Amino acid sequence: MDRYLTTPITEEIAQSLHAGDYVYISGTIYVARDAAHKRMAEALERGEGLPIPIQDAAIYYMGPSPARDGRPIGSAGPTTASRMDKYAPQLLDMGQRAMIGKGKRSQEVIDAIVRNRAVYFAAVGGAGALLSKCIHKSDLVCYEDLGAEAILRLEVKDFPVIVIIDSQGNNLYAKIQNSNK
Amino acid sequence: MIRTIAVEEVTRNIREMCIEANYYLSSDMKAALDDAARAEQAPLGKKILGQLQENLKIAGEEMIPICQDTGMAVVFAEIGQDVHFEGGSLEDAIQEGVRQGYTEGFLRKSVVGDPLLRENTRDNTPAVIHYQVTGGDKVTLTLAPKGFGSENMSRIFMLKPADGIEGVKDAILTAVRDAGPNACPPMVVGVGIGGTFEKCALLAKQALARPVNESSPLPHIRELEQEMLDKINALGIGPGGLGGSTTAFAVNINTYATHIAGLPVAVNICCHVNRHVVREL
Repeated sequence: MDRYLTTPITEEIAQSLHAGDYVYISGTIYVARDAAHKRMAEALERGEGLPIPIQDAAIYYMGPSPARDGRPIGSAGPTTASRMDKYAPQLLDMGQRAMIGKGKRSQEVIDAIVRNRAVYFAAVGGAGALLSKCIHKSDLVCYEDLGAEAILRLEVKDFPVIVIIDSQGNNLYAKIQNSNK
Repeated sequence: MIRTIAVEEVTRNIREMCIEANYYLSSDMKAALDDAARAEQAPLGKKILGQLQENLKIAGEEMIPICQDTGMAVVFAEIGQDVHFEGGSLEDAIQEGVRQGYTEGFLRKSVVGDPLLRENTRDNTPAVIHYQVTGGDKVTLTLAPKGFGSENMSRIFMLKPADGIEGVKDAILTAVRDAGPNACPPMVVGVGIGGTFEKCALLAKQALARPVNESSPLPHIRELEQEMLDKINALGIGPGGLGGSTTAFAVNINTYATHIAGLPVAVNICCHVNRHVVREL
């Protein structure tokens, strides 16, 4: 079933989503991937705060290609989420509500999704040009020296994703794998 | 008769190839995507393939890279032994072509200089270059930028001769099954069988650059390619790993002689954005 959501994705909204739902997200999402997650984890370890407001935040695992003049962003499809599995549970425990990426997640991440009533979405892998059209604004938040791995804040309109893991722990990839056995 | 080529020619061609590869897919890949979009029965799978077709259209018309992972540049340089390069180092010329292509082409800088220190080189160099000396006076350059979503799902298996062809089939299926949605299916599966540890990996990467509508010239390998494609599609992983009959567009297998004690098998997985541009100088 198709849902249209506007951020922030609250606990209540997350709980209403089910694995397999086709969702269009509008509003503010943050972008961070491998190197930025490592820096955030190191900052937390040093007792520092996070560079983004984490409560109910949606983080898109992505590193864009450079934007041409007059455009907010370049190609902007999802990166493989499992590389962030090491960092995700801590951020979910701190209030992050949604992750957008593609590919399988670990049991630790699934457990963190369930205990925090969060959600994991997949965007279509390899559809970077198409997805970039849903991004209307992109601002650098921090870690500019990381280039394509910097943290960004995006304004999106009707960004299409599919619920892979819902707040109950239902996992669309696992469901499909089991039905293929 | 020695033929002289100026290295600037190499730089210019590599620059153009980097850009072309990231905005337009080769005709064999486009045809494979279109065929799959027609044939796929699973509703969500069909929807996703339609989005990939639209993505390709937008990429070429609006000059947005097909995928944001514009890859680490992999270059195959087949050089006729009667060729002489002048005007500088061939290696430097290739790297400069990649540098220019990725800068002027608004392509992502996805390379870190040291795998442990991980500082971005800011120009997508160095490329990985594989040289081969052939006969004659031609130079054939193949540029195959490799994205790492699929590269990370690639595997090498050092099988025993006793494992035989069934062991090879199992190895290929294991790699594909373990990859699942992570490699952005539909995939192209490049396989190398034989050689040594590093040779079978290279065979597999070269196999990815073979057009997907071309089979192996060896009958027993062509048969294996078809059988593995059928078996892989029967896994039902589907587009985006969300179910369907299109899990792979092709399985391309290259072979080489090997040691009496060995049966190396390399599975180099590529996603549907399987980029390769070939030019002859």
